[in-house]
Amino acid sequence: MFVRRGDLAPGRDRSSRFLPWIIALMVYLAGLALSATMALEQVIDRWSAGLKGSITIVVDPSVNGGEAETDARVEAALSVILTTQSVLSATPLAKIDVAGLVEPWLGKDVLSLDLPIPRLIDVTLVPDSGFDLAGLTRRLDSAVPGTQIDDHKVWLQKILRLARTSELIAILIVVLIALAAGATVMFATRTGLAVQRDVIEVLHLIGARDTYIARQFQGNAVSLALWGGLLGLLFTGVTVLALWLLARDLGSSLLPAVRLSLPFLGALAMLPLVGAIIASVTARFTVMRFLARML
Amino acid sequence: MVRFENVGMRYGDEADVLRDITFHLEPGSYHFLTGPSGAGKTSLLRLMYLAHRPSHGSVSIFNHDVTTTPREELPSLRRRIGVVFQNFQLLDHLSTLDNVALPLRIAGARRETIQEHVAELLTWVGLGEHLDARPRTLSDGEKQRVAIARAVINRPSLLLADEPTGSVDQEQGSRILRLFEELNKIGTTVVLATHDRTIIERYQHPVLRIEQGTLSVRWDITKGKK
Repeated sequence: MFVRRGDLAPGRDRSSRFLPWIIALMVYLAGLALSATMALEQVIDRWSAGLKGSITIVVDPSVNGGEAETDARVEAALSVILTTQSVLSATPLAKIDVAGLVEPWLGKDVLSLDLPIPRLIDVTLVPDSGFDLAGLTRRLDSAVPGTQIDDHKVWLQKILRLARTSELIAILIVVLIALAAGATVMFATRTGLAVQRDVIEVLHLIGARDTYIARQFQGNAVSLALWGGLLGLLFTGVTVLALWLLARDLGSSLLPAVRLSLPFLGALAMLPLVGAIIASVTARFTVMRFLARML
Repeated sequence: MVRFENVGMRYGDEADVLRDITFHLEPGSYHFLTGPSGAGKTSLLRLMYLAHRPSHGSVSIFNHDVTTTPREELPSLRRRIGVVFQNFQLLDHLSTLDNVALPLRIAGARRETIQEHVAELLTWVGLGEHLDARPRTLSDGEKQRVAIARAVINRPSLLLADEPTGSVDQEQGSRILRLFEELNKIGTTVVLATHDRTIIERYQHPVLRIEQGTLSVRWDITKGKK
């Protein structure tokens, strides 16, 4: 002997059986969108952090003077750079490293071709020290004509634009998924209302308020959405873990390792809850609108 | 308690099923509602249990003009009305106990109170052994008793019963009618729709007779025709 909490007929409308699976799929897609954004953000953050505190000096090779002349130009540039305020260190890249950078375009034997390859000096700056880029440019121009300074501004701006665009796209995807989830819950609730109309009428005639009936539909929708959300979260977790392991094994310097940070895991864990809230609000709204048309 | 003034009612765009109905029920009164099938007894009851608003005229229940009462206020009026529906209107997925418990649960009664009162009432109507039974496993007579128990569980001020003894044997019928009499004695206003003249004659309550949608005869059996 027991007294039930809910008065609706469970399992009467078959559409509600699919609701957890649809919510699971949506939470899965939202989880992937969220994971992709966070991974991209982390990669971009590391790239930009690495570039922000550094500049690259390009020393043109001496065409007539040969390697010795080019080495002398690099030394002259180094002495100017190292006497500049806010410079922490300056390291000329070895010829073989520079050759490695142009290898994708010129091939492996670039050194044996005796091509005039520019030299690069990697300069690390003291963080937030108000480095005078224009001053260094003037001094280098007078000491070693033909040097160029790359402060990565163009690259950084492109990276930031990419980051913002990808964030917006991910937010748009998540919003679309939320709207689709809401529409699905609305459809399922409407079907439930139609199927359970006779039960609703009896409840009304016995004195049930709209909020009492809405609460029952809300409870049902929240329970189904939570099940679906947890299932979707499980799928997301498995996928993210698999991708994370793959990326870690790759060990590429181009693709920095992505950390599974606490805020990221927290955001993922919130997805089923967000799904349940959407289901609850949508179910209530749908039921209240439906009941308002009844006496 | 209940006041109808020139009330008409129709379903959708169809012709009026009730026309120019006027009557007044005093608090604590007991009336039989009779008339041939299709005369409009159920429609009249539907107006009284607030399932429908009149097409014209005015209906007042508990001194509320339900023609104009906002729908948000109707639930609190409905909670004071117990209804025994002709087709029982039990919820098939709920147990006997849960069906009877509905009005109390909707009114926000405590779980323990519900258990105690419902079990006691169901035992009284002879269904103490069927607390967990689903309506589809019960006979029509048993369903009828469940429906009656649900209608009276929260001691309504107005009890409306549509053929409440139609599906039960004579002994059960007598028990049900005695229950209605007891409720009436403690102040419940009762309107009982029935075809059964023997009941009308045995209990000697005033009769509302409806024919072709019109309250054609208002007859007090003890005082003759009015």
